[in-house]
Amino acid sequence: MSTRKPGSKELPIGAVVTKSSMEYETGDWGVEKPQIDLEKCTQCTLCHYFCPEGAITVNDDGYPEVQNNYCKGCGICAEECPVKCIEMVRMK
Amino acid sequence: MSELNLKQASRKPEGLASGHRLCAGCAHSIVVRMILKATRGPTIATSATGCLEVATSIMPYSSWNIPWIHNAFENAAATASGIEAAWQAMRKKGKGPLAKYETLDVIAFAGDGGTYDIGLQALSGALERGHDFTYVLLDNEAYMNTGIQRSGGTPFAAATTTSPAGRVIPGKKEWKKPIDEIVIAHGIPYVATLNAAWPMDVMRKSRKAFEVDGPTFLHAFIGCPRGWRYPMEKTISLSRLATQTCMFPLYECTLEEGRPVYKLSGPSAAIARRPASKKPVEEYLMSQGRFQHLFRPEKRDDLLDSIQAWVDHNWEILLEKAGV
Repeated sequence: MSTRKPGSKELPIGAVVTKSSMEYETGDWGVEKPQIDLEKCTQCTLCHYFCPEGAITVNDDGYPEVQNNYCKGCGICAEECPVKCIEMVRMK
Repeated sequence: MSELNLKQASRKPEGLASGHRLCAGCAHSIVVRMILKATRGPTIATSATGCLEVATSIMPYSSWNIPWIHNAFENAAATASGIEAAWQAMRKKGKGPLAKYETLDVIAFAGDGGTYDIGLQALSGALERGHDFTYVLLDNEAYMNTGIQRSGGTPFAAATTTSPAGRVIPGKKEWKKPIDEIVIAHGIPYVATLNAAWPMDVMRKSRKAFEVDGPTFLHAFIGCPRGWRYPMEKTISLSRLATQTCMFPLYECTLEEGRPVYKLSGPSAAIARRPASKKPVEEYLMSQGRFQHLFRPEKRDDLLDSIQAWVDHNWEILLEKAGV
């Protein structure tokens, strides 16, 4: 005697990711965070492209803004900034 | 968005969201973000198993802001073919969820393991059938996701966990597989190499790949701080060095009247014009832990010379093909 098992319509949806990874903050991975000296910044936007996390956004005025709650502190932005206006600072 | 420039594209919403769990300093997300900024509109992506796939789709989170299909290690190209064929069929019948799209950018992301070794037959089949999709090879030169095992894309003399450098062997004994030539031999309309150090070049080539009708192939150079053993902030400077030493030249290859036509891109064309600006390959090798056995305890000039000879040889062949 076999009992009828639930079909595809009754079963809950499986293997479907339901949340954006924006809800998972990776900011606590890093030890150092970038500090941008906006007076020296030339708005070249390279730090925005070189950031692996997408944690550097460009605001309406064209200046970069760091989202510290996602920054993993790799330091690529500070290394690559053509005018060296980004400095990595140890967080407390 | 039709015109591409750095300022404009920086305002475009991200295709790959923050909060993914790739290592700090990984170049995967840098290149993928740039490529997704160059899309024309509706986009569907698929990923073969690899660092990118495992780090962006950890249950219950997804980093993809575009429709994205997960598949097995070997069939990224086959899945992309299926997506493209489904879209074409829906367009023809005039019904179905994809029927309304005039253009659709179908992208297959795969690593070097999923391209050089495991996914080669699926890739070859998809190129031969001529589906209109873009295959992106994210080449970090070993199976980094499972713990740095050597692949067909690993360069000569690189130490990996399955080709460790020691008294018996000096790291990997074989040379890197010429994947671009294998792909170009299929007679597809567009092949290009990408390096994250030149964002505009990456986006321009990606846009061109999406616009071209038929299968296109993009070979991206991906630095891996963990597997290559270098400090994480050096990812971009090391990638730049790879092109400046001609270890990874930048070029594109189009098909004109059935013949492959090679064209060097910006940084490599500059080296072709001024050969003195070509840096010695030693500079590139020295900065990475995976090549340290070439310098310590004693310097292995024989191996360094053979790597330099290999680079020079391939560079000369490329110059000949590009007619420089």
